Amino acid sequence: MQNRRETLKHSAVVAGLLATAGFPQFAYAAFNKAAFDAKSVQDSAKAAGATSIAESKDVTITGPDIAENGAVVPLGASTALPGVKHLMIMVEKNPSSLVAMFHVTDAVEANFSTRAKMGQSSDVYAVAIMNDGKALWAKKEVKVTLGGCGG
Amino acid sequence: MADPMRIRAQSSGDKATVRVLMSHEMESGQRKDASGKTVPAWFIQEVTAKHNGKDVFSAEWGPAVSKNPFLQFAVKGAKAGDKIAVTWKDNKGDTRTDEATVS
Repeated sequence: MQNRRETLKHSAVVAGLLATAGFPQFAYAAFNKAAFDAKSVQDSAKAAGATSIAESKDVTITGPDIAENGAVVPLGASTALPGVKHLMIMVEKNPSSLVAMFHVTDAVEANFSTRAKMGQSSDVYAVAIMNDGKALWAKKEVKVTLGGCGG
Repeated sequence: MADPMRIRAQSSGDKATVRVLMSHEMESGQRKDASGKTVPAWFIQEVTAKHNGKDVFSAEWGPAVSKNPFLQFAVKGAKAGDKIAVTWKDNKGDTRTDEATVS
């Protein structure tokens, strides 16, 4: 027969196990989960520390006009402006718009390329977050013939 | 353990262009398997690079980066013979580092 004291003890053990086992995917403090969970371009930029958002000709997004395969869309973001903190690549109509966030340091050029998955034709954005909290963006439309998310 | 990365670092002028191909499933967490269950997300979250042992580059990625991701960046001041090491870490805690010499 289990009395109240034993029940409490077992609960404490279970709680302890849960706390130590944890959820490994949430263990990285550095990972900006809020920015990646945000659904829209504006929300992601805000979660990454942007205070104001404006279009800029000094930020460039590179990508194809038509992507045959949405699973592999080559996208690049670059800027020649000084004082850039982060460069982000976003796809507006993806389930979460933020694809990648690059941290710019003095030792690397603010010019990055990668490949992204796109669920459907959408505008893609390059967003530069400046040291003073301003976000500058540029966009480009990419048409996708075959979606690359889900299926 | 994941397969090795393919890294090519080429110097041009006062910088080196680094191209990396990683081998990773990059599961988006949106797909469903044959029985209709959602396949859990499994993707590279953090990518960092070192130039001769000094941190120069870091990035955070979401699940929308393609399978077997490609990455290109340029390191200022890297010369032929310098070492570029690239590390990734995925959301399951797996990690891998590979090194290449700038040519």
